[in-house]
Amino acid sequence: MPKMSPLSNLRMSEPLFSDSFLARTLRRRSFFRVVGATVATSTLVLAGCNDNDDPEPTSSTPTLTLGSADNGLLNYAYLLEQIEAAFYQKVVDAFPSDFTADDKAAFVDLRDHEVIHREFFRYALGTNAFDSAGTSLTFDFSSFTLTTRAGVYAAARTLEDTGVAAYNGAAKLITNPTTLALLAKIASVEARHAAFVRDQAQPGSFAASDVITQTGTTAGLDTAKTPQEVVELIAKFVPATITAPITT
Amino acid sequence: MNILRIIEQLSEVDADVLGRFDSRRAVFKTLGNTAKLGALAAAPAFVSSLFQKAYGQTTSTGVIDVLNYALTLELLEEDFYKKMVAAGKVPTGAPQGAINLILKHESAHVKLLTDTVTALKGTPKTNVKFKASAFPADYATQLAYAQALEDTGVRAYKGQAGNLIGAMAGTTSLLQVALQIHSVEARHAAHIRTMRMQAPWIPAADSNLPAPLGPVYTGATREDNVMQAGVDVTKLGSGYSASDAAAAFDEVLTMAEVTDASRAGGLIE
Repeated sequence: MPKMSPLSNLRMSEPLFSDSFLARTLRRRSFFRVVGATVATSTLVLAGCNDNDDPEPTSSTPTLTLGSADNGLLNYAYLLEQIEAAFYQKVVDAFPSDFTADDKAAFVDLRDHEVIHREFFRYALGTNAFDSAGTSLTFDFSSFTLTTRAGVYAAARTLEDTGVAAYNGAAKLITNPTTLALLAKIASVEARHAAFVRDQAQPGSFAASDVITQTGTTAGLDTAKTPQEVVELIAKFVPATITAPITT
Repeated sequence: MNILRIIEQLSEVDADVLGRFDSRRAVFKTLGNTAKLGALAAAPAFVSSLFQKAYGQTTSTGVIDVLNYALTLELLEEDFYKKMVAAGKVPTGAPQGAINLILKHESAHVKLLTDTVTALKGTPKTNVKFKASAFPADYATQLAYAQALEDTGVRAYKGQAGNLIGAMAGTTSLLQVALQIHSVEARHAAHIRTMRMQAPWIPAADSNLPAPLGPVYTGATREDNVMQAGVDVTKLGSGYSASDAAAAFDEVLTMAEVTDASRAGGLIE
């Protein structure tokens, strides 16, 4: 147990299940409010226990450990959103010369959405964030061509399709319904992004056969990838060896 | 982070969270035992058991009910697009290509859900039709209804994710399948929206549109919502608008909201 959530202090100081507490005359509803709060608090305490988020470099290639269980999956989503936000920011900072006014407006929106996702995960994770110690990553997009409209949209397509597949594959690994609901709220926005940038890269490809199975028993389903598969796909952008979230 | 906010977050995704705990006598028993132990160390086990009881197999919304609900929406969409193709108003070229592809996906979803309900020994929903009297004569209004149906689908699947945690058909996670459909609906919605010269995502202003679109974006949690997990996301950073903050998160519709006459429920024959 390397680190405890600050919320552990709250628990220690408030014996929520003492006999005296139960003996009190409480309205039924208030009683259940307290029970529910303990559920979430305990989850956070556990997340704190599982936390192993020290990004300190121990060699020339640092290791990025995302942690385990729901906390690991939230860190995984946080990393994906960091990559997307950094990508769109880089494009917005230096638009390709053949970008239209509409392209620019769309990319500002896309940048804003991904920044909001990133900041939301940073907030939700708090001290459990893999970079809460202050080490922020600088991502490597040198594998993309970002000087042309076609290159930028192809890059965005790669990142957005990866994001959709990542959220689709992570969902079943999540145990907390609140966490699941939050990721699902973001997942469909990523799918909207993916459809849009795909259509811009190639008109009418919003749900083409490279991402949506068109025949067979899984016809009509979008792509899902495991965290391990996604980590391999994003490794080239990240200046660290990523240890996928442990979810068994 | 305060404790009342945590339960508030939980009730945000599950309006019935208090009722779930409330309705289960076993929870009282577990709670009593835990209280006797009086040990904080016992809390995680208690929590796990509480959640299993509240969200486990004995939930009031059974897995087959959820699948038949999804199937109802897919049948509605499939019939709508069949009517749209039959009406012959979709321009040739890219628009016809898109509508045909979307119809193909909806038919695939119908088949997959029907087969799954059958495999689980349930009775799959059949014969759901888009109300003929509500079917629009002109292409522009047809597209508006397509957008309404697709964005309803995104919100409806999202609303059921929590009910599918741990649900399996053999070795297949039904939660994952539902989310793999959910993101296809979102891709469809984004494309239909751009066919209508709208943003592919849902700006805050959509929650105030007239019917048939407006009600799709309202509900207990409207699409112009900027509060996530108890925090106002417009306050987490700077340089973006409240509409961006609303568009960055899609919200749920409950089963009751979707089947209400003001939304998809009113479009079923």
